[in-house]
Amino acid sequence: MASVDEPLFTPAAANDASGARAQFQGKPPFESWGRYPVYDAKVVPLHWQTDFPRVIDGVHSGALPVGLGRSYGDVCLLKDGTLVQTTTMNRLLAFDAATGLLTAEAGISLAQILDFAVPRGFFLPVSPGTKYVTLGGAIANDIHGKNHHIAGTFGCHVPSFELVRSDGTRMICSSRENPDFYAATIGGLGLTGMITRAQLQLKPIVSRKIDYQGIQFRGIDEFLTLTGQSKNIEYTVSWVDVTSTGKNLARGIFMQGDHSHVPAPLGISKKPKLAFPIELPGFALNRYSVAAFNAFYFHKQVKCRVSKLQDYEPFFYPLDAVHKWNRMYGKRGLLQFQNVIPWEHAREGTEAILKEVAKSGLASFLAVLKAFGDVPSPGAMSFPKPGITLAMDFPIKPEKSFALFDRLARMTHEFGGRLYPAKDARMTATQFQAFYPQWERFKRYKDPAITSSFWERVTSPDGGAL
Amino acid sequence: MSSMQPNAANNLVLRKNSSRRILVLGATSGIAEAVCRRWAERGDRLFLVARNEDKLVAVAADMRTRGAAYVDIAVANLDDTSIHAELLAHAINSLAGLDIAFLALGVLGDQLSAERNFPEAAQILHTNLIAPVSLLIWLGNYCAQRHSGTLAVLSSVAGERGRKSNYVYGSSKAGLTAFVDGLRNRIDREGVRVMTIKPGPVKTTMTAGMKGSEKFADVDAVAASLVKAIDRGADVVYVPGIWRVIMAVIRSIPERIFKKLNL
Repeated sequence: MASVDEPLFTPAAANDASGARAQFQGKPPFESWGRYPVYDAKVVPLHWQTDFPRVIDGVHSGALPVGLGRSYGDVCLLKDGTLVQTTTMNRLLAFDAATGLLTAEAGISLAQILDFAVPRGFFLPVSPGTKYVTLGGAIANDIHGKNHHIAGTFGCHVPSFELVRSDGTRMICSSRENPDFYAATIGGLGLTGMITRAQLQLKPIVSRKIDYQGIQFRGIDEFLTLTGQSKNIEYTVSWVDVTSTGKNLARGIFMQGDHSHVPAPLGISKKPKLAFPIELPGFALNRYSVAAFNAFYFHKQVKCRVSKLQDYEPFFYPLDAVHKWNRMYGKRGLLQFQNVIPWEHAREGTEAILKEVAKSGLASFLAVLKAFGDVPSPGAMSFPKPGITLAMDFPIKPEKSFALFDRLARMTHEFGGRLYPAKDARMTATQFQAFYPQWERFKRYKDPAITSSFWERVTSPDGGAL
Repeated sequence: MSSMQPNAANNLVLRKNSSRRILVLGATSGIAEAVCRRWAERGDRLFLVARNEDKLVAVAADMRTRGAAYVDIAVANLDDTSIHAELLAHAINSLAGLDIAFLALGVLGDQLSAERNFPEAAQILHTNLIAPVSLLIWLGNYCAQRHSGTLAVLSSVAGERGRKSNYVYGSSKAGLTAFVDGLRNRIDREGVRVMTIKPGPVKTTMTAGMKGSEKFADVDAVAASLVKAIDRGADVVYVPGIWRVIMAVIRSIPERIFKKLNL
């Protein structure tokens, strides 16, 4: 959100194709989690599966299915368009208690699925870092979690769904029926039509607890050693300090866990009561405050190895305990960066990027490292591939953070990696098309009435200029 | 899923199974659906009536999946009062009795159109007042004869005072409130709980897109308090409770001032 007297873009940055030049002033009707960019749009609720495509009758400026707006950039935004919000279309349609196969409407959140499934002894096959995403959004972004190395992406556990096109065609998509649309829709960023309902294969659990271990590491090599030692552990992820340099470069905590095998009561989670009360002023998160946080976080774990039984909520969704935590980043919002670099260059590439970030002095305290596995996704446009993924977030400081982003995107490209659309607000059309060369084939399955600001940005003909 | 206390006072026979037999009229309305989810989660038995089959089938599937002990449906346009007797008898046969009837049928209508077109106004009055009256006459007598049952009727705070912005809807709900209040005063002594439920504005399909709708009450919170109130058999329920106070204030404004306001 730009204030009137403070342009968000320097003249140099204005040359790029981010399409966010004309920032919407005032309270936006729908924000992405990064709260950047900010656009005007019309929000239309979709309460019933059969109301699509009728709810977009007469819409000329394009429409886009959206859920809870937890993607960070502009994949869930459509400037001056119509956002069809599915969150009240959240019914459970069938559940097989023997196999754990759940059928639900696409607007149901993973939190609502957990409330239903956990007391019945089942869990999500793949959990992202927040449970406040919809089933449809999880498919459209083909999200991943701490068990990617074993379970693959979310789409691997969605045997079928119904896709409704803007012309009213309704089709069941699976690997057998309409397999092209099945592949295009998983990771298809909502662009192939409206997912009205989907099947999700849940997995059995006997306890809410996670058998957890936290292990300190220093440097990428130690991270890689720990990754190699934990191949058979279901969940692994690392927090990494990206503010430190020298001997502390890439120090972090390797977190691993398995569902506890000791039967224990399976209750419903309590609803979080905390909400981040105010927007912090822009200067609150600076290199000193964040470096202090990172040092604290690293040393909070006094021993180099800690083991405990932990509830799944803080293990999977530590930030969900505080509603609207993105307010911490103030009015301007935050930029996320997440890339993956394939094994061939994973070590040098990730280290070079961490050095670049530390050098920039830009603060990030939610930096995450994880090794992706080689389970293939059924999705054609899916982001994960075998290698190391690094995710970081930064407060938006116009010239500085955008310039850093553009450098990191270029480096990712040079190392043969790619960026994650769900977290992106900056990659250029040239970069996107290099990261996802299959995009032209994907385009054939895109619904002509559906688009997003992300899609317009990364497919615009002038989008190559950097 | 907590085990529920049987509604002992009014049931001559305590059934071993505490699952309630509940008839829901207008089951695809936002408030009814949210309330039904809670009933389903605790294992109640449901008979759901609504006019749109696709929507009703989705709601019924949701209730079955959430754990309702029994779900049956009937697709019916309740505006047609001639089918009421047969429909209600069929529903009660299907449930093998009746503990609660929840009347949630209703339309908001288009106030601006209804101010000028009698057919539009008549339609609102028919769906919100005439049809429920027909249902309540049958249900009131059925329950009174058996000295049991709870009739929970969704009216609205809009019926408390005629306001320029929605007096057609308001008058239908005012009529409904008076009818339900009167019915309670007649058959409460027969052992039938009759409840007048007055929601303030709630975030549902009906109010989607209305001005200020993002500030409306959350439908799940409203449903939670309604389920409790229906278990209790309260007479008049405002949800959220603050609307009892708000409406007391609104009712107390003298008409010569009220008529100058834009409420």
